[in-house]
Amino acid sequence: MDDAEDWGTEEGEEAQAAEGIVLQRLREQFAEALVDVKLWRNESSAILRRQDLVRACRFLRDDPDLAFDFLSDVTGVDRLMLPESSPRFEVVYHVYSIQHGRRLRLKVRVDEGEAVPTVTEVWPTANWHEREVYDMFGVPFAGHPDLRRILMPDDWEGHPLRKDYPVEASPKWWEEEPA
Amino acid sequence: MTTPTRTMTLNMGPQHPSTHGVLRLVLELDGEVVLGCTPHIGYLHTGIEKGLESKRYQQGIPLTDRMDYLAPLSNNLAYVLAIEKALGVVVPDRAQVIRVLLTELTRIKSHLVWLGTHALDIGAMSVFLYCFREREQILDMYEAVSGQRMMSTYFRVGGLAADLPPGFEDQVQAFLQVFPTRLQEYEDLLTHNPLWRQRTVGIGTIKREDAIALGLSGPGLRACGVAYDVRKAHPYSGYERYQFEIPLGKTGDVFDRYQVRMAEMRQSHRIAHQGLQKLSPGPINVADPKLVPPAKPLLKKSMEALIHHFKLYSEGFHVPAGEVYLPIEAPKGELGCYLVSDGGPRPYRVHFRPPSFVNLQSLSKMVEGRLVADVVAVIGSLDIVLGEIDR
Repeated sequence: MDDAEDWGTEEGEEAQAAEGIVLQRLREQFAEALVDVKLWRNESSAILRRQDLVRACRFLRDDPDLAFDFLSDVTGVDRLMLPESSPRFEVVYHVYSIQHGRRLRLKVRVDEGEAVPTVTEVWPTANWHEREVYDMFGVPFAGHPDLRRILMPDDWEGHPLRKDYPVEASPKWWEEEPA
Repeated sequence: MTTPTRTMTLNMGPQHPSTHGVLRLVLELDGEVVLGCTPHIGYLHTGIEKGLESKRYQQGIPLTDRMDYLAPLSNNLAYVLAIEKALGVVVPDRAQVIRVLLTELTRIKSHLVWLGTHALDIGAMSVFLYCFREREQILDMYEAVSGQRMMSTYFRVGGLAADLPPGFEDQVQAFLQVFPTRLQEYEDLLTHNPLWRQRTVGIGTIKREDAIALGLSGPGLRACGVAYDVRKAHPYSGYERYQFEIPLGKTGDVFDRYQVRMAEMRQSHRIAHQGLQKLSPGPINVADPKLVPPAKPLLKKSMEALIHHFKLYSEGFHVPAGEVYLPIEAPKGELGCYLVSDGGPRPYRVHFRPPSFVNLQSLSKMVEGRLVADVVAVIGSLDIVLGEIDR
């Protein structure tokens, strides 16, 4: 596209340098836990090993140079239709540092039935987000204080945002009135 | 001899008028004191994120209108900006100015509904009527630009659906001229009103650490004194070129949230005024025929234009594989759009971080230990929209 560079230069370079610190610190502290790091469109994502997630999150929040105190969002991705689809699910965390104005994306990958440790003790706001991921993708969160469906009815079958869940045909959960 | 005490479980909603839609709260009460508050949501779940996966990028925009239906253009903006970021496209200056101008008017419009209904919940009937009088003028502007008063779907990937109609600038100018006096009218009715203050001062207080930990954003967070506003922290659409302040509160109670939003309307008015001055003639779409449909008269003259038109409407455009998270400052708080593309013409996954969803999580913290009558005041001060919470 014509203005392709606009997202990547000037102010972007500064941001990239700043985010370098974050990834650098993560590498120092959690070299073995860091599965992969990606930079795209000035956003950095780090894929973490599942068992180290909570430890890494606590570090990111408590380290004064990083101070990721604000968890913006937690969501999931079903990678079933992507070229590389195993492990199947990805839980994505967007964290933000209000003080330093930096963003970071963390991810863990799990297969069907595997639980992700909850981060509600690090960021209480994760509570509802994790319930939503559980509801929509069927990824359980180990240690979650209140793991119930949140958007769908409690007795709903299936997890709507999975790629093998049909867009149109929903299970029928109401009763027909007798003719 | 002691009398055994029992607590009462009270179901509030989902059809309660002060829950602003279909929110259901299960309250655990000891007399009039709230011991526990459990929100139940999902009554308005329409599968917007699922629906977006089966639509081409451009086709998905109308669905986003329906999340926060009081601020449809803010939702449009988050979605198109995320796609533009993934594409690596920046829209022309005129389109950016129009986007800022309209989203700031949207902020005023959304805050007006908040103020009217919040006051109505607490018992100040007349404010509601005044607020809707001014909101009507903004709805007229929506109608002028897009033909739709509510679900306008005016922004497009790569620019706008159409240029501003003739006379639009005068229409905005006329509104901006009267709005400050109107705002003063609302404040005269409320700010020093002893009844209003009794219902709001010191009610639903939340500490700044709690607010951050619970992910509160927007006016709710700023009322606790945290200066986090996406427009300043990570300017988009050229917000760095506008002069405005971030109003802050101190105590984080219902009254502070009220004052922050009132001050925000003044700032939005200021930004909209600057937007009008910055408005200069120019293109409203990026000059990329693979992204933006050609002008209709061209179709009869140019073979390429016809091919591009056909390709865009039969297949759409492709977005490079990758993922982006783009937050904007919506009237309710940080509205983030997380987009995953597999390189195809449809998004692989779209997720919205709806500010109301996250803000509602703080409700329990704000009302526990307080009186049941305060619950209504606190819900109003959170300014939630269930369409966005349930998506």
